[in-house]
Amino acid sequence: MNAPERFLERLNARREDDPSWVAARRQAGAARFAAVGFPTRRDEAWKYTDVRSIADGDFALAADAEFSPERLAACALELDAHRLVLVDGRFNAELSSLDALPAGVSVTPLSQALESNHEQVGGSLGRLAGVDFSAFTALNTAFADEGAVVRLAPGTVVDKPIYVVLVSRANAQAVMSHPRVLIEAGARSEATVIEHYAGEDGAANFTNVVTEALLERGAIVNHYKLQEAASGDLHVASIHADQGRDSRFNSFNLNLGGSLVRTDLVTDLNAEGAEAAYYGLFFLQGRQHVDNHTLVNHNAPRTFSNESYKGILDDRSHGVFNGKVYVKKDAQQIEAYQNNANLLLSDRAEIDTKPELVIYADDVKCSHGATTGQLDEDAVYALRTRGIDAAMARGLLTLAFAGEVMEQVKLSEIAERVERAVAGRLPERFNLADLVETAEAVQEA
Amino acid sequence: MLEVKDLHVTVEDKAILKGLNLTVQPGEVHAIMGPNGAGKSTLSAVIAGKDGYEVTQGSILFEGQDVLEMEIEERARAGLLLGFQYPIEIPGVKNIYLLKAALNAAREARGEGEIPAPEFMKLVREKSAEMQMDTSFLQRAVNEGFSGGEKKRNEILQMLVLQPKLAMLDEIDSGLDIDAMKVVAKGVNSLRSADRAILLVTHYQRLLNHIEPDRVHVLVDGRIVKSGDKSLALELESRGYDWVLEESVA
Repeated sequence: MNAPERFLERLNARREDDPSWVAARRQAGAARFAAVGFPTRRDEAWKYTDVRSIADGDFALAADAEFSPERLAACALELDAHRLVLVDGRFNAELSSLDALPAGVSVTPLSQALESNHEQVGGSLGRLAGVDFSAFTALNTAFADEGAVVRLAPGTVVDKPIYVVLVSRANAQAVMSHPRVLIEAGARSEATVIEHYAGEDGAANFTNVVTEALLERGAIVNHYKLQEAASGDLHVASIHADQGRDSRFNSFNLNLGGSLVRTDLVTDLNAEGAEAAYYGLFFLQGRQHVDNHTLVNHNAPRTFSNESYKGILDDRSHGVFNGKVYVKKDAQQIEAYQNNANLLLSDRAEIDTKPELVIYADDVKCSHGATTGQLDEDAVYALRTRGIDAAMARGLLTLAFAGEVMEQVKLSEIAERVERAVAGRLPERFNLADLVETAEAVQEA
Repeated sequence: MLEVKDLHVTVEDKAILKGLNLTVQPGEVHAIMGPNGAGKSTLSAVIAGKDGYEVTQGSILFEGQDVLEMEIEERARAGLLLGFQYPIEIPGVKNIYLLKAALNAAREARGEGEIPAPEFMKLVREKSAEMQMDTSFLQRAVNEGFSGGEKKRNEILQMLVLQPKLAMLDEIDSGLDIDAMKVVAKGVNSLRSADRAILLVTHYQRLLNHIEPDRVHVLVDGRIVKSGDKSLALELESRGYDWVLEESVA
């Protein structure tokens, strides 16, 4: 049995009561996945990312969603939010709190949405991320039976963030999950949606998520992907946004955890005034591998995009950045800016970065660039002359490098969390965690 | 407190200091003056430990310790602090982090524990007010986007928080208008005490109207060629440096 067959066997063992249209989708996904199989490094889009650790793995489907409030508190954000909790891909109702949603907003586990309102969900689900996008979206389509469906009626502004926590447990048998997130933002609606991939130490599971966001005219969606999976986790994500006139999609793609992580981020700017901002941070240690592939399609005139990705790479970690901006013929007077800056803390860390502009219009403002460097030694010296040792000086400057992306993060709980994580994960050499905590305490005092 | 003996320093094989001697006692304020290129900034940079300066001969002792054997940060923790002529901008590193980390490093070196947060906040608020700096500066990145005067005040703020035994101030007056200079001078003067010393490196006499020195040294071509009290500074202001040079050669 080859790898795709082994994965699909789990599917055959499971679903029997799907509605017919869902069953048809699954079959299409499974057929596609069986035909293409896992990508290899011969595929251009996977040139630097070897997924054999996924293909060779043996992943069951989680049997339950058991988790305690204590275990959740240990890995989730303390956030005043509408919360939906998935444990190894299965919905946990007790830990979720979706009772106080304002009028015009619904946040539903995918399983319930499929049962109660399948025609509407069926119309949108898979519209942006079909089975052809990648082997992983095909695999997700075959398996996805749980996730989050967020719907915003026109003009609705959601008071608090919608916080989807996706927990990966430390299981005896490694599991896989294929969550699906669907965000439908009606005209002039506004919401912040957080996907938080949190894990327990020792977890070694495979998460394969697909997110689709549909933004009608004037809608604003702030989308956070905060990936803090355990160091053994395998994580593949595909995020797709489709934007109407004057809409705005702000994407924050923050990767701190996982052993093998791949994120595809695709936005289609389909009408005038649509605007996308991509902010990314990845901080890698050990042998972590994180690959970000981003794509902005300027399909209409007077659309705007701005992208800033920063990577900090230590030890023998490997980062990949591939950012593409595509400007369609006749998409005049667009503006597109893209930048990727990386900081290498070790001689053995590696970054492969490729910013790309493909332009078929002639009246555009575009820029792109990539830099990779080391810390500013003059700044290290200046800090040392104040009595700060060289290691901590480098830590402060590393934190500062990350800070340039994090200052775009308007949710202080996330900004502080990431700052602490970056500071705290450099303990041996940099020892900054205490400093950040006390400085925050001072600020609040 | 500070004893510099027969110091010879080369930069990229060029001799800059050629046998400099200087002794500073606790409680004293010394001013080192001299023409451009005499080696004034080299002296303070060597004492602080900047890379690229090779000491070929001589010694620097600080409270009996061999400074040249100490790491840059050890010198600062021992109480030897340099205020820069051109304070460097450090994007993303908040002032509050620098102050907190620096203060705790010095306290740790003295065997004291970390400063409690409320006490620290009280201290930095107080010192910021003395330097007429809004506390919003504490949350800003070190010197980033600061005006020339704000950068200098920030240097002195660090001195006031860290309370060095020997503060070396390199051209602290350059680029300051008269009001900013008064604020900076007031800050420096508040550092004066019987067990601390200050070393001012300056090209112009005007700073010394605001920070009165006990001793004035003239540094020419890598050596101190004349020393005196504050009246020497006034004489230099009216007569220039040439006569000192002629006198020393004669």
